Amino acid sequence: MKRFVIKEFLHIFRDIRTMVILFGMPVVQVLLFGFAITTDIKDAWISVVDPSHDQVTLAIQDKLFASGYFREAEKSNSPEDIEEQFRYGKIKMVVVFESGFGKKLQRGEQPSVQLITDASDPNTARLLVNYAGGIINDYTTSLNPNTPALPLVLPESRMLYNPSLKSVFMFVPGIITILLMLVSAMMTSISIAREKETGTMEVLLVSPLKPYQIIIGKVLPYVLLSFINAVIILIMSYFVFNVPMQGNLILLLVETILFIILALSLGIFISTVSNNQQTAMMLSMFALMLPTILLSGFIFPIENMPEVLQWLSVLMPPRWFIVIIKSIMLKGTGLFYFWQETLILIGMTGIFIGASIMKFKVRLA
Amino acid sequence: MNNTEVYGQQLTKSYGEHQALNGLYFEINRGEIFGFIGPDGAGKTSLFRILTTLLLPDSGVANVAGLDVVKQYRQLRLILGYMPQKFSLYTDLTVRENLDFFAGIFKVKVKENLYLVDQIYGQLQPFESRRAGDLSGGMKQKLALSCALIHKPRVLILDEPTTGVDAVSRQEFWEMLLLLKKEGITILVSTPYMDEARLCDRIALMQHGIIMATGSPVEIISGFSKNLFRLKPDNTLTALHQLRQMSGIHRAEMFGAYIHLSTSSEIKTPAAVAQKLQSGNIHYTMLEAIEPGIEDCFIELMQQTSEP
Repeated sequence: MKRFVIKEFLHIFRDIRTMVILFGMPVVQVLLFGFAITTDIKDAWISVVDPSHDQVTLAIQDKLFASGYFREAEKSNSPEDIEEQFRYGKIKMVVVFESGFGKKLQRGEQPSVQLITDASDPNTARLLVNYAGGIINDYTTSLNPNTPALPLVLPESRMLYNPSLKSVFMFVPGIITILLMLVSAMMTSISIAREKETGTMEVLLVSPLKPYQIIIGKVLPYVLLSFINAVIILIMSYFVFNVPMQGNLILLLVETILFIILALSLGIFISTVSNNQQTAMMLSMFALMLPTILLSGFIFPIENMPEVLQWLSVLMPPRWFIVIIKSIMLKGTGLFYFWQETLILIGMTGIFIGASIMKFKVRLA
Repeated sequence: MNNTEVYGQQLTKSYGEHQALNGLYFEINRGEIFGFIGPDGAGKTSLFRILTTLLLPDSGVANVAGLDVVKQYRQLRLILGYMPQKFSLYTDLTVRENLDFFAGIFKVKVKENLYLVDQIYGQLQPFESRRAGDLSGGMKQKLALSCALIHKPRVLILDEPTTGVDAVSRQEFWEMLLLLKKEGITILVSTPYMDEARLCDRIALMQHGIIMATGSPVEIISGFSKNLFRLKPDNTLTALHQLRQMSGIHRAEMFGAYIHLSTSSEIKTPAAVAQKLQSGNIHYTMLEAIEPGIEDCFIELMQQTSEP
């Protein structure tokens, strides 16, 4: 057993590709998702149509451009002009002030502002309207506290848990989940399949080793390395992206280990049904990775899926883990709020381990 | 005292339509080197996998060291040493790490049994920290044998250990097996090389999943009843074709540049053969009477069994 674990570690440390996948990929992925693939609004090009051109509208414009969310594109003067700019994708939003905006406000009337967005990207459009509306509303209320909120402003909605809607907050739990899934499941399934492919499994079988010893020997190193991986991602997200850690860290780590074991048992299950590394890899890629990314609610909200896919997503282990990890990190809730999800994970682990031990062949055929 | 260490009875195994083993019967004595000789596809690997508990036979009984290969496979796995056809080493581990690992899974100390493999492992010692994948074919084979022996097995099963290994290493390998025999280890070895057969105590000639003959190499050869001649014709292929048409010629087989010719009982001397050749206008540079080898016996048996 001890020898087996040592051997497994040697396999991992000797293979540069394994090492890169194990430790290089998580770092790159977190940075990629954190910095590059972001849905945050930053420097969005907008243009302003301002016929009234008074103190108030100028001040609002200053506010908008000082916020860091918006940048001014070239002035548009006519509606046709606006249309043109939208078509070419030069701007994301146009802010149109009513003429005599400032005067109306002074008289205590409700002036209006029109926000026109390019809704071919609905998420961004919604965010732009929210941001701009917020800024305009803030300013006008500060001028005259008695003025009710401008009608253009959407019903005031406060974003809980992620007030600035930072996408990195959404991504980090997802990345941790997907990386653990990938590293744990794919790596173990490949490493068992490799023994079959090179014929060493034949020798292992003709030895006193029992199936559970082979399985534990395979899994143990990956539990440890995946755990280190998860910790690296957590540290990075905390320090580089300031993702909050509202809840209990120990609880989070325990749940993480539970999920790692689940992913590993899934990996072993895959390896028992595949005879070479290629099959193991393909199975992990297509049977695990894509559904994990697409159906776990990591990228596409589960509520928006067709009903069939919603049902499918119930079968995805990451779906439940993402709920748990978000609850702990962002909401700071305790086990009481996600004991059901935890139980589901434990149940799935049991099923996969049981199935693997049943399917593990003590002979070649 | 019953001296049988390994036996098989009516063993059959098929993969779908293909019948790999067709009702084998054999007995192997304790402490002997027993060779299964036969070409690829004769069923040697299937047989060894059954004996090493890796495969279940479709029918029949097999017993190794008094243990049933199906029911008592757990105990059996403790006392078997097995070297599969493909040298099953971890190529990314060093020589020493491989040895340590295999000692570890059998829960023995490398030091305790190193004397067994001293002869071969001694040659590997200078490369202890080299990765197994970087070793030459002969060295890999030696390491694989060391790993199969490190737990001092009672029965050692070697599946084509010398296939793809150079002549010198093959020689050394067989010397090693003779030493192991002195330790009282029963050795089962399969090989497609007929010349290795004479190094075994007893052999079984296998073809199409059956054993055609069993016995010591001498016994097998003495079973060859025909007169045998060796001929080096000018044109081997035409000569072969012509000879096969002739009466009185029992069989003509190509052996490299030579033809081995077995004749019916009335053609006993090279002179008689020469006469025959002359009548067929076959030109040759050399003709002599020879003792049959294992290969001659094998071909003879092969034809006998295929003829109804």
